Amino acid sequence: MRIGGIDIGSRYIKYVLLEDNSILDFKKRETGHNPLSVCKELLTVNRPEKIVATGYGRYLLEVFGDIRTITEIKAVAKGVKAVFPRCRTIIDIGGQDTKVISLSGQGSVVNFEMNDRCAAGTGRFIEIMSRALGYDLDHFGASCNSRNGNVKINSMCTVFAESEVISLIAKGEKREVIAYSIHDSIASKVISMVKRIDIQDDIVFAGGCARNPCLRRILEERLQKTLYVHENPYIHAAYGAALYAEI
Amino acid sequence: MSKDYKQMWSDLEINLDAHDGLLGVLSDAYTNIYLSQKNRPEGMKYFDFVISEVHGLRIEEIVEAKKQGRKVIGTFCVYVPEELILAVDGVCIGLCAGADVGTDEAEKYIPRNTCALIKAFMGFKLAGLCPYVQTADLIVGETTCDGKKKAYELFDEMMNGKVYVMEIPNKKGQDDKALWLNEVQRFSAKLEEISGKKITPEKLKEASKVVNEKRKALQRLASLRSADPSPISGLDALLVNQVAFYDDPLRFTAKVNELCDELTERVKTGKGVSAKGSPRILISGSPMAIPNWKIHAIVEGSGATIVGEESCVGERNFASLMDENFSSLNEGLRNIADRYLTINCACFTPNDERLTDIETIAKRVKADGILHYAIQFCTPYMIEATKVKKVAEKIKMPLLRIETDYSMEDMGQLKTRIEAFLEMMGKGARV
Repeated sequence: MRIGGIDIGSRYIKYVLLEDNSILDFKKRETGHNPLSVCKELLTVNRPEKIVATGYGRYLLEVFGDIRTITEIKAVAKGVKAVFPRCRTIIDIGGQDTKVISLSGQGSVVNFEMNDRCAAGTGRFIEIMSRALGYDLDHFGASCNSRNGNVKINSMCTVFAESEVISLIAKGEKREVIAYSIHDSIASKVISMVKRIDIQDDIVFAGGCARNPCLRRILEERLQKTLYVHENPYIHAAYGAALYAEI
Repeated sequence: MSKDYKQMWSDLEINLDAHDGLLGVLSDAYTNIYLSQKNRPEGMKYFDFVISEVHGLRIEEIVEAKKQGRKVIGTFCVYVPEELILAVDGVCIGLCAGADVGTDEAEKYIPRNTCALIKAFMGFKLAGLCPYVQTADLIVGETTCDGKKKAYELFDEMMNGKVYVMEIPNKKGQDDKALWLNEVQRFSAKLEEISGKKITPEKLKEASKVVNEKRKALQRLASLRSADPSPISGLDALLVNQVAFYDDPLRFTAKVNELCDELTERVKTGKGVSAKGSPRILISGSPMAIPNWKIHAIVEGSGATIVGEESCVGERNFASLMDENFSSLNEGLRNIADRYLTINCACFTPNDERLTDIETIAKRVKADGILHYAIQFCTPYMIEATKVKKVAEKIKMPLLRIETDYSMEDMGQLKTRIEAFLEMMGKGARV
């Protein structure tokens, strides 16, 4: 039986198709301004018998009739646990939300923290800042230089932080150094959330931002812990949703 | 609304165009959030009517009362003794502070990072949208938090000197009790002065009885919500608690009791607003002034039922009664002072009694989880949330902390957090 999970996030829509518990297909598309048409396009190929929707736009699929929805917190927990059976804590930094999720030994969610409305400390923040510094997002995290500068981004607000970055550029500060301090400020925001949760090993870093090596390194240094990252950190919530489709 | 109130509003210097807009938005929100609910008790029809006439019939009654020489006293806090206001035949009104209205106007005077409630009471006045504040002869402020007490200084200028501020102590020791008793006495003298009426022990007894009966009716409503399934939605119960602040107290009490009679029947037959065993949430934290229905709408839209509010618009308003047993005015004033100091607001330090209250209420209403609600920038409640979290851990109850304001921008995030919280409780959300 073919079952599917779709994670309609703020920046990307991720889709996983399973057959007999193995992944038959994974697709990732920009959410854009018309996510429903993106979903329709994804679902027309290999339409699964059952599907569970998750993510910010999970209710969009109501037009297809009886499609079950779960939150991305529940979905990511399931998806991560299936790949990392020893996982007890998930740090998930997505496009507009950052979540820290604590799991029981059996894998159910026992506690979570999630950022409130502002975009500070989320993927969106990294995107805006990489643009301000003229970096391609994929190379932003590899372009940081920490140790030859002592620059700090104090502002937690994306808008104010951007003006801080611009004034640092105007002062002639090296962009590699500014890039590092941006990552450091995001890590601070994430760590304040982590501190509210009783974190236990293993810790899995999920979501698109887990691909950023600088952010991962700073988080590991400051938490004094190893963070495990899947080769495709975008997949977890959609995969978890797909696993719920068979239940 | 049943008739045209334009002349009355115009006489009250309401900004008619903007006000039409506000009533339109309010009516749409009410239809979407309230009238779309299933299994509502018949007794809610009265409250639907009250809301449909919130700026109409009730204002007309108040204007009529003023013509008969009664004074209108506006308040913003459950610490202001209603008994004293009624003892001088005053009309006691909890003022509009629950909507994102006139925010731009308010931000000319106060910083952006001021709580939504303060911005709203200023905004309503500055934008000319609250007929209640326009009818007020006296507005009673109080020193519950820094934001409010500084804002009242500015508000007093906007209200041409009509603001009177009661000092609420920060602690509950002997000195504080003495201070508060003095404040109650001063307030009673102020009311006598503006009304030209004397507060006699008889008048005060009569007034105390009216207010106590109102509290008893609200207590009765609260206890009926302990049933599983709850016979009334959290949204409807919240509305009743909000209307408590501006309806005529005698009529309100009678209507709440009628509603409770119906709910008692429902409980007997096991009829409820949701399926038996669906998740039950206790709200704890900052007040939800009318028309702030945001959190209740999200929680109940996600399949859970709100079964109590440890809040000033809720338990803190009615949990304790005033001792009606007194023979002199001084004794009566002392009873008032004692009664009001049992309200456990986060502006007190320490405030351990509130933690005990939360534990007691959570058990009484058989909550499955606690949602701690703080208005963004409401520092006392935001900080006290940490202690509430410990209480929740102690009684092994999941707790979700929410900080938000009156705007709708964060609805998506809140929905995700609340649904995930319900999923975590293992009772499932809208699945």
